[in-house]
Amino acid sequence: MPRKTLKCLFGVDEGSRANRKVVVGHRPCPSNEEIIPPKFCDNRIVSSKVIVDTPTSPVTSGLPLFFVITVTAIKQGYEDWLRHKADNEVNKYKVTVLEDGKAIQSESEKIKVGDIVKVEENETFPCDLILLQSHRDDGTCFVTTASLDGESNHKTHYTVPNIGSDLESLTATIECEQPQSDLYKFVGRMDIYKDSQEPIFRSLGPENLLLKGATLKNTKVIYGVAVYTGMETKMALNYQGKSQKRSAVEKSINAFLLIYLFILVSKALVCTTLKYVWQSKPGQDEPWYNEKTQREKDTNLYLKMFTDFLSFMVLFNFIIPVSMYVTVEMQKFLGSFFIAWDKDFFDPEIKEGALVNTSDLNEELGQVEYVFTDKTGTLTQNNMEFIECCIDGFQYKHRDARDELDGFCDTDGPVNKVQQKAGREKEELFLRALCLCHTVQVKESAEQDGLTDQVDGSILDETPSPEERGFIASSPDEIALVKGAMRYGFTFLGLESKTLKILNRSKEVEMYELLHVLNFDPVRRRMSVIVRNGSGETVLYCKGADSSIFPRVKREEVERIRLHVERNATEGYRTLCVAYKRLSPEEYAQVDEDLKEARLALQDREEKLTAVYNQVETEMDLIGATAVEDRLQEEAAETMEALQGAGIKVWVLTGDKMETAKSTCYACRLFQRNTELLELTLRTLEARGRSREERLHELLLEYHKKAVQDAPPVKAGITRSWSGANHDYGFIIDGASLSLMLSSSSESKPSLYESLFLQICQNCTAVLCCRMAPLQKAQIVKMVKNSKGSPITLSIGDGANDVSMILEAHVGIGIKGKEGRQAVRNSDYAIPKLKHLKKLLLAHGHLYYVRIAHLVQYFFYKNLCFILPQFLYQFFCGYSQQPLYDAAYLTMYNICFTSMPILAYSLLEQHIGIEDLLDNATLYRDVAKNAMLQWLPFLYWTLLGVFQGLLFFFGVRYLFSNPALQDNGQVFGNWSYGTIVFTVLVFTVTLKLAMDTRHWTWINHFVIWGSLAFYVFFSFFWGGIIWPFIRHQRLYFVFANMLGSVSAWLVIILLILLSLLPEILLAVFRKNHGSHARQTSTVTPLTYKHLSEHDRQSGPNGQH
Amino acid sequence: MKEEGNLENRPSNTAFTQQRLPAWQPMLSAGVVIPGFLVIGLAFIGIGVGLLITSRSIQVLELDYTGTETNSPCNKCTTLPIQNNCVCKLNFTIDTLFKGPVFFYYSLTNYFQSQRKYGASLDYNQLSGDLTYFKSPASDCDPYRYANGKPIVPCGSLANSMFNDTFKLYQIVNGKENLVPFDGKGIAWWTDYNIKYRNPDYSPLENAFNDTEKPVFWSKPAYKLDTSDSSNNGFVNQDFLVWMRRAALPNFRKLYRRITEGDYKDGLPVGNYSLEISYNYPVKSFDGTKKATFSNVSWMGGQNEFLGIAYLAIGSMCVVMSVVMLIVYAKFRFPEDD
Repeated sequence: MPRKTLKCLFGVDEGSRANRKVVVGHRPCPSNEEIIPPKFCDNRIVSSKVIVDTPTSPVTSGLPLFFVITVTAIKQGYEDWLRHKADNEVNKYKVTVLEDGKAIQSESEKIKVGDIVKVEENETFPCDLILLQSHRDDGTCFVTTASLDGESNHKTHYTVPNIGSDLESLTATIECEQPQSDLYKFVGRMDIYKDSQEPIFRSLGPENLLLKGATLKNTKVIYGVAVYTGMETKMALNYQGKSQKRSAVEKSINAFLLIYLFILVSKALVCTTLKYVWQSKPGQDEPWYNEKTQREKDTNLYLKMFTDFLSFMVLFNFIIPVSMYVTVEMQKFLGSFFIAWDKDFFDPEIKEGALVNTSDLNEELGQVEYVFTDKTGTLTQNNMEFIECCIDGFQYKHRDARDELDGFCDTDGPVNKVQQKAGREKEELFLRALCLCHTVQVKESAEQDGLTDQVDGSILDETPSPEERGFIASSPDEIALVKGAMRYGFTFLGLESKTLKILNRSKEVEMYELLHVLNFDPVRRRMSVIVRNGSGETVLYCKGADSSIFPRVKREEVERIRLHVERNATEGYRTLCVAYKRLSPEEYAQVDEDLKEARLALQDREEKLTAVYNQVETEMDLIGATAVEDRLQEEAAETMEALQGAGIKVWVLTGDKMETAKSTCYACRLFQRNTELLELTLRTLEARGRSREERLHELLLEYHKKAVQDAPPVKAGITRSWSGANHDYGFIIDGASLSLMLSSSSESKPSLYESLFLQICQNCTAVLCCRMAPLQKAQIVKMVKNSKGSPITLSIGDGANDVSMILEAHVGIGIKGKEGRQAVRNSDYAIPKLKHLKKLLLAHGHLYYVRIAHLVQYFFYKNLCFILPQFLYQFFCGYSQQPLYDAAYLTMYNICFTSMPILAYSLLEQHIGIEDLLDNATLYRDVAKNAMLQWLPFLYWTLLGVFQGLLFFFGVRYLFSNPALQDNGQVFGNWSYGTIVFTVLVFTVTLKLAMDTRHWTWINHFVIWGSLAFYVFFSFFWGGIIWPFIRHQRLYFVFANMLGSVSAWLVIILLILLSLLPEILLAVFRKNHGSHARQTSTVTPLTYKHLSEHDRQSGPNGQH
Repeated sequence: MKEEGNLENRPSNTAFTQQRLPAWQPMLSAGVVIPGFLVIGLAFIGIGVGLLITSRSIQVLELDYTGTETNSPCNKCTTLPIQNNCVCKLNFTIDTLFKGPVFFYYSLTNYFQSQRKYGASLDYNQLSGDLTYFKSPASDCDPYRYANGKPIVPCGSLANSMFNDTFKLYQIVNGKENLVPFDGKGIAWWTDYNIKYRNPDYSPLENAFNDTEKPVFWSKPAYKLDTSDSSNNGFVNQDFLVWMRRAALPNFRKLYRRITEGDYKDGLPVGNYSLEISYNYPVKSFDGTKKATFSNVSWMGGQNEFLGIAYLAIGSMCVVMSVVMLIVYAKFRFPEDD
């Protein structure tokens, strides 16, 4: 049975957790895992005539388990029902399928691979389809994937060429890759058989694939053939594979459970041993008044020992807090509502509050040691504003957002006398480039459904104010640039069947034929378009990061612009360089051919395309550069400061370039003026012509010496040192150096560099990792997560590139930002703004942790002092497994008498007010490192349980040395004994909780006093009636008789007070200590604020 | 699956959802705890003194009549086989008036009425007068379920081992033995006697026991426990009820009789007494002892010094604590406030 119990206990924990997937309908799992043990315990084991007669009835020990199972089943059933409902909604959705040329109404769940499906405008696709036919003439259709990745722009998808209009006679085979979750990847081929000719071969790419979940826009109707259905669709695949995260608290619970299991087994062993020792004395084993039955006499001694052992296990099994699982589940489930309900998390802009995707990690929010944050969209708003540009080395600054065209040659001749201007021709070239080189779409108003076919004049009239024009793009930078160009007189009107229209300064419409788009990708870090203008000239416009543009343009042009770019970058702006190249007809023909060939390639299409792109984008002319400001999120600096004050280390992981990221860090005050920066980037690595590996080794050792060995030991409790006496370090590493470090460490000295790196980082106040690929972000998170002490990590990000790190970290937080919903979908919690992180961690996280930690400790404690008297009673009943308490009490103790107060506590407790928690970030350190569930507090609670259990039992035992406790001389029996102990027990554990409650709402009052009243009421009721169908009326009037005895009253009062006495004393001393601590901590932020203000004021005067 | 419009989903601004329910935040400050401890301590000392005085005022007279010692008058009975109607007499003297009402208890030691199987070995349905269970007693009653092929009523070890020593108390006045009248009423719980245990609704009671066997150890069947008083017979016999209420601990006492009548209403006067014991109950086999105990009771029940001492100890502890806290408070707290 011990093994079974183990399985049962951990089964609850692991089994049901891991299996919490969609099992629609009944759940076989918990019933299998959880019902077996009680069967084993209480239904008798029948083997070779031996019967383990159980000291308590099967109902007694079974009922709590049944309760656990029922509540778990109800909760999970409810969640299943919700999913089931949602599934049904999707599965029963009406679709039209073409069958033998006829349109047949069907349900979406009946679509099979190969069916041709008809989808109308504004409908979502029921499965992944290959686009065969579109109502539009040019064989395109538009979709939005807002529900997939949040990008609200219209994406163009293309029909497979040469299908023909007659779908009935179409015969074709499609070969495609196995289902995979990447939304943007698809490779396939289609062979079309036509009238016994040679099959026509077409390659298929993501542009032909319509994803389930996307919505058809601006296209009346399309036909597509289903290639992936149901759980194989990319959407479904993206929902799967989210690994279950388990919190540190759960791990502690399991450890404690093992201890208690050990206590249980050892108690049973001690009792069994003592029983046989005791029985070996003559006359004890079988006194004349208690003869054994024949069967007992016949039973083998060892078998008897074994069955006795099992009986003791059953008797003491209540020590394992089975019902704790229910309470923990309920606490987490209900508690998570407080996050969603919090109106401080409501953002009026997006009209949404926080979102809780999992309730399992609430308490982990109070344990965070490392925060990994994305920069763009997280620290910054991702709300781009065009700040300035530089054309041919001359700076054009746009001072006011309200468009005062400062400095541009709006009319003839320079307006601004101070600044020199580039020539008008250059300006216009630059602005045209901005207008053409992008993938922005114009948002159409409702009337203009479908692409605008209006004449140009009407658009002019309709959209007089450029600010009101809506643009949609996957990247906000592009919108900012297009809007920027608009301010200077060049308005982008839209793309219509491969023709780009722009409105130039002289209010003329210019038309450009869009020939090719060389898409942006994070490796190239640039994008280009090839257009043909009215005069037949073919031009390539390219924009991209300076590092990717500079090597591809003429050298002499670079120097003039580099200065501006670098200055802009240090100011925290995002810079892009713009270049162009005229293509001769021959050149273009070559490029066109190469591109088409690469696009049709079946294998390594990406690589081939990239190669062609790289080949084309060379020897361009640099026109200028742009600077776009990405504003900091509201209260970003305050939030970061609070996190650091809370002892959390903040790492910024970004794909952006170092200068920009660094300036953001300064702006967020992650780095301060006196922070010494340790750089490990390509720049520092490439100095003095030595090999990078050597240099890496050298630098790492140097930094390690500086930051780790020479640094004084970090004292806990000290917030950041603004005094200057202590050196602050900030660490900067870029992606290339990181991969170099990781790869070289794996070869020669495995993980030496890694541990050096981690040690350095641990002593730095902030770490900046720039130029990170999404996977590298996850790599870093993983590295820190698995480092010494396995700290709790939290990742926060808003874009698809943060998903990997969000999934990797212990807690993943998504920002409901502008870069789509991918991050939100994969996160554990989603908040609208970065500033909400502060309250989420410092207030909610802290409180959740304290609540659940207390809940766990309390549960173990209350079950220990519940069962300890029952154990002690064995010494006074000849080790005969006589229960001390009545069966009803054994059953109801955890379910009714003591469950509600702790649940209310664990939902409502605020040992420190939310305001105080937010004001004093240092309070977060009090609970760091799972402080309340370490062995010491656990030992304290256990000792408290033991102390009280001993007190309950022996207090009553000495009272019963003379059982004549009533004034009529009558005596009390064993059930009175148990009832007195139980009464003391229920009152003590409830009052103990009452004493721990710092925040008494009416609910706490109601539940605590209500539980006690219920106990009294129940006891009267239970003992007041001769219950039918119950064999022994043991408790008949026992409780009432007990209350009739003054001595019983006195002993109950005495024992309750004595049990709580040490707690009261401790509370007084702790309170004094606590108030002392709080006093100092209220001082700290004040001084800090004061100091930082001082810092700010004196900063510009150069005092630092 | 048309796209849905954005709902206005601002969280409701109630005190509960915002975790801002008005709350009482008690703080155990020294200002509360020190006087609190002092008050509780003094109250406890008061109660303790009261308890101790009360307990000390209770008179107790204990007579061991196990007869293990050879000079004991009951020694002869221990050597004889059981059920031999051995009678022994214990003489004792009362020096001061033993205030009444006097309660007479018998005590057993090393006797495990709290054994699980022993305690469960009964059939409640029989004892509540259900005749169907007279014919087939519950299996719990084994090995005292059937005897001589007939069902035992009342069955089970607990009933079977009912205490069967009987006592008579004489005051010796001028060499003459005056019987002190015992009152056997009201020694069991009122609810046990009136509600929980019921004789079968049969008249005469004896007929209900047809085709049943008396418990093996018993010398007479249940319907003959008290032939003089039909309301004290069968399952509602008070001695039987007292026995059936299991003792919690292996050393226990049970109420046997009260002395409430006649000349002895106000207590046992000074004089010589003789307790006549009909010695039937064997305890030697399990190393037990038997005692007869005279005691009077107070509002707190029988004599028990534990409560008084415990109250005194904890009361003084509280007082000491409050003094210590006061000193600590005065020493460390006041300068801090400056």
